[in-house]
Amino acid sequence: MAAIAHNDDTAVVIIGSGAGGGTLANELCQKGIKVVLLEAGKRESSQTFIQDEWESFNQLAWLDKRTTSGNWRVATDFPNLPAWTCKTVGGTTTHWAGASLRLQEHEFKALTNYGKLEGANLADWPIGLAELAPYYAKAEHKMGVTRTNGNPGLPGNNNFKVLYNGATKLGYTKCSTGHMAINSKFRDHRSSCLQMGFCFQGCKSGAKWSTLYTEIPLAEETGHLDLRPQSHVVQIETNAAGKATAVVYVDAAGKTQRQKARIVAVAANSIETPRLLLNSASNQFPDGLANSSGQVGRNYMRHLTASVYAVFDEPVHMWRGTTMAGIIQDEAALKPSRGFVGGYEMETISLGLPFMAAFINPGAWGSDFTAALDGYTNMAGMWIVGEDMPRETNRVTLNTAVKDQFGQPVPNVHYDDHANDLAMRAHAFQQGGNVYRAVGAKSVIETPPYPSTHNLGTARMSNDPKLGVVNKHGQTHDVKNLFISDGSQFTTSAAENPTLTIVTLAIRQADYIASAMSKQTV
Amino acid sequence: MDEGASQQNALTRRDMIRRTAAVLTGTIAATSALATLAPTRAWALELQTLSQHDGETILAFGQTLYPHATLPTAVYAMLVKDLDVAAKDPATASLLRDGTASLDSAAGGNFAAATPAARLAAAKAIEKTAYFAKVRSTCITSLYNNELAFAHFGYQGASWPKGGYIHRGFNDLTWLPNPPAAASPTVGVL
Repeated sequence: MAAIAHNDDTAVVIIGSGAGGGTLANELCQKGIKVVLLEAGKRESSQTFIQDEWESFNQLAWLDKRTTSGNWRVATDFPNLPAWTCKTVGGTTTHWAGASLRLQEHEFKALTNYGKLEGANLADWPIGLAELAPYYAKAEHKMGVTRTNGNPGLPGNNNFKVLYNGATKLGYTKCSTGHMAINSKFRDHRSSCLQMGFCFQGCKSGAKWSTLYTEIPLAEETGHLDLRPQSHVVQIETNAAGKATAVVYVDAAGKTQRQKARIVAVAANSIETPRLLLNSASNQFPDGLANSSGQVGRNYMRHLTASVYAVFDEPVHMWRGTTMAGIIQDEAALKPSRGFVGGYEMETISLGLPFMAAFINPGAWGSDFTAALDGYTNMAGMWIVGEDMPRETNRVTLNTAVKDQFGQPVPNVHYDDHANDLAMRAHAFQQGGNVYRAVGAKSVIETPPYPSTHNLGTARMSNDPKLGVVNKHGQTHDVKNLFISDGSQFTTSAAENPTLTIVTLAIRQADYIASAMSKQTV
Repeated sequence: MDEGASQQNALTRRDMIRRTAAVLTGTIAATSALATLAPTRAWALELQTLSQHDGETILAFGQTLYPHATLPTAVYAMLVKDLDVAAKDPATASLLRDGTASLDSAAGGNFAAATPAARLAAAKAIEKTAYFAKVRSTCITSLYNNELAFAHFGYQGASWPKGGYIHRGFNDLTWLPNPPAAASPTVGVL
């Protein structure tokens, strides 16, 4: 591992070590480029992960204070926990379930294909599937995605058996154990899946891809990476020429440090990324860094989510095996006849007893609640992941009335469901329930959204500097040596779990940065 | 110290215990899944801060909020235990004491001794209070995040120490047909 001096201004400084930042760091290091990787959280490992939901949550989750507003139910149920993301080396790739789906061609052209929707800020991505396809292939290879590169599919668990039988009875045809970045055989020095469950708590066998034990150690082996855990970035500094020059962070000892930079890449997830840009306002950038469009923090998307659980006469033991064990993709197609644009995926999910109690119907009590938990062993479950509408008014702003442990304004996350979101959720609840009723569900429980795991769109991609924060390479329009490398770049959310696309964009961005550095254009 | 003084001390100590320590007790039914888990079926919870009446009221309130017909009282006692710890904070202690009074009042005298219907009505009557929110939210972790509850509800907890479920029933469901291998490859051909 490299030790890069604080006043060395030749390195790329990356903020955040998850899917975007961790991947970008390794890709750059492989090209011989020096990288300082700043991560706010501690470094854990498969050995230190804990198969206890609350303890693990306290070990991995981002728990710094946040506030919420808007009509989404999360603001009522979890007013200070709008998102379930991670503060740890590897970021939210420690917690993700592993679903690795390419975005669909039509989703890159949401405005063209869906038309203008009142109250939605739809736009086309400046890139399409054809341009991304070779990078998707690289990402799938890197991550060992099942049903690509000759990797077999994973064996389905009990929860998948219920999903599959219900799906086929309903006439769905696109149901399988899907594309997962979980080893179905020994690969890349990592074991195959032991069907432990607890995918959300950090994979103790390392079968699930995470930058923590793939990209980051590979980058360390090059000798070009200086990883600094427990380094919480509070500001990006710029010079008179409008270029990013340094990053100010608070280290593990609580000491403020300044790391000079040739290029800065922000990959702090879609709440902290815009917050950092807004907190980096200066005389030169009074509305926040890279915010001449006014779009920083806007168009916050979190996917249309919901869950359907069902109780049967016979046991399921859904917690055994991979959490996201299989998928139904029939509803992911564009079919406006359903009464909404966009589509949704249906993916098995399971929560342990402690989190089932916390999330099945937050705030509820009484005999309906306890009847559902009494059926816990006989329960099957699915998560609904659908495209939600970007709205200018759904946004991350600074809440100057509330400060964090470093004295900085905390982010406020405002979200109002769009009518399209509500129509899609109603449809998905109906279809999800039908899947389970088709195989004899005694009762069906419609569970509202959890704190957001898919946070997207707050520094959106557009060719037009007036309409977006970054160009098609994630480079900010306003500050040429400042890049956004996480899901904040997404122009629209599409229906698919975003990690594969974040990794894909990071691989592509690394090529662009390396080329720009060698040509001295950045 | 002579024998008389020693006896006096012992009496004083017993007296002290009788005056200050509130204790909740119960027995886990022999038929419960938990009977084999606990070292003895009898349980006792000595309260540090809460009064006997506060403890009994909170236990009854937990049973009213989250009624599980066969969940042993020992699990509901976890709620009392956790709130007793929280009551080290004077503001929380005061919130809990006042809550007992409001529940008693809403139940026409003694909440813990009231009928289930009267308890439910009393709980609904105070649903908007900070006391209700405190006890209800504590129930979620106290009642469902412990080994006794895991055993009762059939949840198996950590699987890593046992090698996961790859050889322990992750796909042992037999009441539905197995999906075809194209959708769900079998284990072992990998």
